[in-house]
Amino acid sequence: MDRRIPVLIGKNIVRAMLLVFAVSIVTFWLMKASPMDPLQTNVGQAALGSMSREQIEKLEEYWGVNTPPAEQYLSWAKDFVRGDMGTSLLYRQPVAKVIGAKLANSLFLMIFAWLVSGLLGFVLGVIAGMNRGKWIDKLIKGYCLVISSTPAFWLALLLLMIFGVGLRWFPIGLSVPIGVEAGGVTFLDRVYHAVLPALTLSITGVSNIALHTREKMIDICGSDYMLFARMRGETGWRLFKNYGFRNVLLPAITLHFAAISEIFGGSVLVEQVFSYPGLGQAAVAAGLGSDMPLLMAVTIVSALFVFGGNMIANILYGVVDPRIRRGGASK
Amino acid sequence: MRLNRRQRVLIGLGVSLLFLAAVCAAGILSGEAAMATDFSRKNTAPCVKYLFGTDWLGRDMLARTLKGLSLSILIGLLAAAVSAVLALVLGIVSATMGKAVDAAVTFCIDLVMGVPHILLLLLISVALGKGLRGVIVGVALTHWPSLARLIRAEVIQLKESPYIQIAEKLGKSKWYIARKHLLPHLLPQFVVGLVLLFPHAILHESSITFLGFGLSTEQPAIGIVLSEAMKYLVTGEWWLALFPGLLLVIVVILFYVAGESLQKLMNPGSVHE
Amino acid sequence: MSEKKKTEQTPILKIEHMNITFTQYDRGMRQTELPVIRNLDVEVHAGEMVAVVGSSGSGKSLLAHGVMGVLPYNASMGGRILYCGEELTKQRIERLRGNEIVLVPQSIAYLNPLMKIGSQICKGSKDEKVKRKLRDIFARYSLKPEVEELYPFELSGGMNRRILISTALIEEPKLVIADEPTPGLDLKMAKRAMEHFRELADMGAGVLVITHDLELALETADRIAVFYAGTTLEEATVSDFEREETLRHPYSKALWRAMPKNGFGFVSGEQPYVKDLPGGCPFAPRCGRCTEECRKGEIPSREIRGGRVRCLHLEESFAE
Repeated sequence: MDRRIPVLIGKNIVRAMLLVFAVSIVTFWLMKASPMDPLQTNVGQAALGSMSREQIEKLEEYWGVNTPPAEQYLSWAKDFVRGDMGTSLLYRQPVAKVIGAKLANSLFLMIFAWLVSGLLGFVLGVIAGMNRGKWIDKLIKGYCLVISSTPAFWLALLLLMIFGVGLRWFPIGLSVPIGVEAGGVTFLDRVYHAVLPALTLSITGVSNIALHTREKMIDICGSDYMLFARMRGETGWRLFKNYGFRNVLLPAITLHFAAISEIFGGSVLVEQVFSYPGLGQAAVAAGLGSDMPLLMAVTIVSALFVFGGNMIANILYGVVDPRIRRGGASK
Repeated sequence: MRLNRRQRVLIGLGVSLLFLAAVCAAGILSGEAAMATDFSRKNTAPCVKYLFGTDWLGRDMLARTLKGLSLSILIGLLAAAVSAVLALVLGIVSATMGKAVDAAVTFCIDLVMGVPHILLLLLISVALGKGLRGVIVGVALTHWPSLARLIRAEVIQLKESPYIQIAEKLGKSKWYIARKHLLPHLLPQFVVGLVLLFPHAILHESSITFLGFGLSTEQPAIGIVLSEAMKYLVTGEWWLALFPGLLLVIVVILFYVAGESLQKLMNPGSVHE
Repeated sequence: MSEKKKTEQTPILKIEHMNITFTQYDRGMRQTELPVIRNLDVEVHAGEMVAVVGSSGSGKSLLAHGVMGVLPYNASMGGRILYCGEELTKQRIERLRGNEIVLVPQSIAYLNPLMKIGSQICKGSKDEKVKRKLRDIFARYSLKPEVEELYPFELSGGMNRRILISTALIEEPKLVIADEPTPGLDLKMAKRAMEHFRELADMGAGVLVITHDLELALETADRIAVFYAGTTLEEATVSDFEREETLRHPYSKALWRAMPKNGFGFVSGEQPYVKDLPGGCPFAPRCGRCTEECRKGEIPSREIRGGRVRCLHLEESFAE
């Protein structure tokens, strides 16, 4: 029993690392396949002109025609692991630095949205599932249907129109006020600029979690143990707490961590609409401007988050679920 | 007349399919109206003549919306169909061809799900040179994992069911078992899964074109119509973004309704919902 | 217990003309009514163990769910259920279930997989009195105290039955309903399980056992209700099953002949599916003595020789 958890953790870490490695290979291959060669599209442009000799050599090493692809990948990977992610062609800065700044902005948004949508989605899903077929269930289901049919970017546009342009409650874009020195930006400024994007992300995230939680809750309500609990006179809050809540919590953990990917994807769209300078916007800019080093780094960072999330979910599940923690019947 | 639940579901399915077909037909038949510019009528707010208003070039937004939606629906249908077939094949292969193949397919599923969907679309689009082709291939190559996972689980469950094990012991051929026992169970799942892929595909198609990847401005996909509208938000032309987006949402909702109706009709267990 | 004493008391549970109907969809658009239980009658007295015996797929478990008031939403129930002489209304069963009226489920699949056995049996109660009672019950069934700390999946097969019956004993039950207490158990274990219920009856509770196993029921129960295609065809004492002649209904007689010690006799045909039940006696298509009348309308239940039966041809069976 004592070794079960460490083994579980070890297995998950190895798997996550393998997956990240595979993502980097696939991404590299996709970038190589692109007809938009970063060297050619950027030749003669200011980007190349302003780069140091050494930086251009590096770029040729990764993307040039002289070295075979496998070697290119290996030399890129070697540098990446060491923390040298190359130089961004658009921002003319080391990619690591660009990512650091953008990630800080994005995390702000994403963590907020992740927590709010997870919590709200769980509560709504549980309420709907416990009251299956009643008006409150129909209301929640309807809300989820509409929200999951609404593209995140259009919801962002809508909120921008109403609260930004119409009511002028919130700024129209950027993460900080325009024309203010970096040092003069207060925490409140940041929050003020992040409210609308964070709100949009939270609203879109709710529907998926709520719908899945509802399904699980319905399964649990139809289970034999719930039936027996009712036959033993359990009702109301006790019935929910001891039988419903305990059992829906486990799948909810997995769901919540799986939502990281969705939040990440949503942030790409939302940041674009609000011109919020986060990771998502950097990804779009990198894609449109053929900034391969930056695009690769964004992809890998996002994959790290997704797999890391899955890993944490798996481990948490193992720690919380006695069937895995104490072993045996899980098979 | 009192209708029972099933009849109501069937009517819902019919109405949504009819509406979707109408949008498609209108978009295809409208021809050049979506591109026709007329500066004498530019920036008209919605009125009886131009229900959705006109834009800064005087183009009729209703015609553009319909054209864009029909294009998006067609791309969505095509790409989702490819993705669904991919999911079917991979799901069955994964469940029946032994442990190594199963591990490989499962790894691929995790891999595709590991990169946020939009980002993956963006990568494929860049790899294929940002054209219409990139969008279609991207949407087709990224929507299969969840359905493949579902089909894999279903086939594994079927394989272990007593009646298939008995059929195997009785010496029935693989082909016979597949045709008589697997297919009848998988087909409804597959059809429902396919239809429920459409809304996802359309949402992602519109998102990726909105970001500026894929279709050119000569092909007014709904994402492009909306991304153009975004530039005019601040100047007060609210109708440019509102109505096309609203219609897009309605189309996606109807696809969901159609998929769920089908599910209710095909799966007797869910009828009572 | 003597016949006389029994008739003096009001029965703990009396079910009269219970009907349970499901609303379902056919292929296509038609909504159909599925009468799973029709005209079920049964009585249980204090200190008595009654077995409802029927083959699998005859809807016996629904009887238990009907009494406990937990039928699925697409089922509707008719008829009367009397508990201690008073109608068991929805409000009343909701108040009584889990203390005076308890059900012992088929398997540990009915236990919450994420709750430890001890607190699960005590329904999460931290009351010292309840805990002491639990320890007494465990001692009685020779279960170690450590079992309290286990989760359901950690139980061994031998413990399952005793754990399940503990959920009943922790209350003060006047009526115990056991739903298929012996599925998949070997003969020795199954006998033990039935004996546990016998003990509950001997302690004064009324016990209703729902089972498919006639022989086991005959060993432990006082009376048998023969259940066929949603109906109780006969209610008889265990002693009536000693000889074929003392049984009343042709189906009961067929069951008797089917017992190993009586030569594995076999009635052709099979129990009809509820959807295509014949009108009149459900056993009519397989009955050697069936006449035109048997197929028409409902067969009334008649008291005869201390038992009850639904058959039109009682006089002939006496003559035999």
